[in-house]
Amino acid sequence: MSGYVSLVPMGIDETISEYFGPISDFIVSVVFYSVPILGADVSLIVLWLIAAAIFFTFWLGVPQLRGIPHSLNLVRGRYSKPEDAGEVSHFQALATAVSGTVGLGNIAGVAVAISLGGPGATFWMIVAGFFGMAAKMAECTLGVMYRHEHADGSVSGGPMYYLRDGVSKITNRPGLGKFLAAFFAVCCIGGSLGGGNMFQANQATAQIVNVTGGDDSPFAGLNWVIGLAFAIAVGLVIIGGIKSIAKVTEKIVPFMAAIYITACLVIVIGSIDQVPSAFGSIITGAFSPDSIAGGFLGVLMVGFQRAAFSNEAGIGSASIAHSAVKTNEPATEGFVALLEPLIDTIIICTMTALAIVITGAWDDPDASELGGVQLTSRAFESVIPWFPNVLALAVILFAFSTMISWSYYGMKATGYLFGDSNTAELVFKVIFCVFVVIGAALSLDPVIGFSDAMIFMMSIANVAGLYILAKTVRNEIRRHLGKVESGEFARVK
Amino acid sequence: MSEILVGVDRSVQSKRAIEFAARRAKELDRSILVVHVIPWSPFSFNTPEENEQRHARRTEEIKAATEQIITPMLALAEESGMPVETLVQHGDPVDTLIQIAEKRGCEHIVLGRTGDSRVKQAIFGSLPAHIVQHAPVPVTVVP
Repeated sequence: MSGYVSLVPMGIDETISEYFGPISDFIVSVVFYSVPILGADVSLIVLWLIAAAIFFTFWLGVPQLRGIPHSLNLVRGRYSKPEDAGEVSHFQALATAVSGTVGLGNIAGVAVAISLGGPGATFWMIVAGFFGMAAKMAECTLGVMYRHEHADGSVSGGPMYYLRDGVSKITNRPGLGKFLAAFFAVCCIGGSLGGGNMFQANQATAQIVNVTGGDDSPFAGLNWVIGLAFAIAVGLVIIGGIKSIAKVTEKIVPFMAAIYITACLVIVIGSIDQVPSAFGSIITGAFSPDSIAGGFLGVLMVGFQRAAFSNEAGIGSASIAHSAVKTNEPATEGFVALLEPLIDTIIICTMTALAIVITGAWDDPDASELGGVQLTSRAFESVIPWFPNVLALAVILFAFSTMISWSYYGMKATGYLFGDSNTAELVFKVIFCVFVVIGAALSLDPVIGFSDAMIFMMSIANVAGLYILAKTVRNEIRRHLGKVESGEFARVK
Repeated sequence: MSEILVGVDRSVQSKRAIEFAARRAKELDRSILVVHVIPWSPFSFNTPEENEQRHARRTEEIKAATEQIITPMLALAEESGMPVETLVQHGDPVDTLIQIAEKRGCEHIVLGRTGDSRVKQAIFGSLPAHIVQHAPVPVTVVP
């Protein structure tokens, strides 16, 4: 067979797959090192992340339940001073972070979870989203606490800075802080190329091929061409400096999100009689010992992994976006950040999951083969036949806005490592565009493997730093709550 | 001394509003508050880069509005010989002008007519019309 293959001239998509596949496999096997527990492969890095989320939930006094009213008041501007009008509001910081987080992870990632772990994976995604809220709160509070304000008033924040400055201060070991920060920055560049780029390009391309005729599509086998178009659009924004494209996208994306959620609701409300049984299969599937993914622990792993990939709690990325907010109270942005996994995972991912489970799309014999966005698309198609076209548009915009956000995270990490060198940032931007094409050309498996590995690597340094700074962050949140209670930090309307 | 608030932009009607307010201030022995609101909403969607640059942009916007709008309007208002204060603020123009009038206890709001097209008015309404409907004090719209 191998002799035969070498005689056939390979397409560009296949060539890229042949080179990239083994690299991806190797990285995945290292990052997702697993130990067998009760018959399931439990990957240590997923445990690392979920343990941190659970720890911070209790360490911070279950803010998921008690903090939400305060979060909502902050986002609604109830505490915003009139003299700060024109600065970055809590709503704007949250919206920007959410648009980096809500992407193909919510549409395609959920489908991947259900095709691997059955409906029960949804349950564990929701659980992971719930705990993830606390990890997000911790990292975003720290992001604001240790951000750097430059002379022109622009702000740089995120794990690089709290790891370097915070960890150094607490442990009195500047070397450790610098090491963790640099390690994070390197992984952040990887994450921006993987989950923030390849996975987005891959799934957006898959949906374009899907709606233009699947295997009969004029683009079939020419995925790299679509990738190239994406890469040019991204390049125009990040290299060419044509910000208007990104600005327009940023303004359309919320409407697409609203359309997407409406479509999910149409499916759910249209089959309202099946909702109890859908929840039934989600809950029974979550604890089923004979699931396809290797028992209850297997399903749990799938759900946790996809939730973390989608809401990025404990990964550290969103902390970069949240740091731009105008506030004198770092904890306020922590409270606001609580809402991010809530919107991303508990609301949007659950919507997707319900659509897939209610329509029975996940139970089709070829469901696991389809995976990703095509499975979600099929679920919608069975109820709203024309929706895959709208979904394709939504997916293109989600993918694009997520890529723009992540290119920013990657650039900030590059800037951190190379002292804001313009050359280094330009090199990063070019590599970023190249990875758009690679992501589009590859099949889903190596892309999701590589993307996961890169995103999860970011959590190694970030979570270590969060533990070291756990007392600092708790004190800051308590100090803030004290001010709220005493009326020193009072509502203005 | 009670204040007359004049909301201004670049228009020629704003100039006439200032002239009107100045005459009244002189007659009634009032001070003048000249306000320009830079349209801005805390509920917009921005890219991370826009957010990063926001503080610097805000400073530039205020500087530009002060130089190009407030300074000539201030000179015009000062011709009356009455005390004049100025204010540049970001926000929703209608809400912000009303808030300022309420907070400072202004006794009168004076605005220039915007002269928007019928289509634009039908879709967005006009700023003076909104203020007339919601203001806590008398409003004069100067053509």
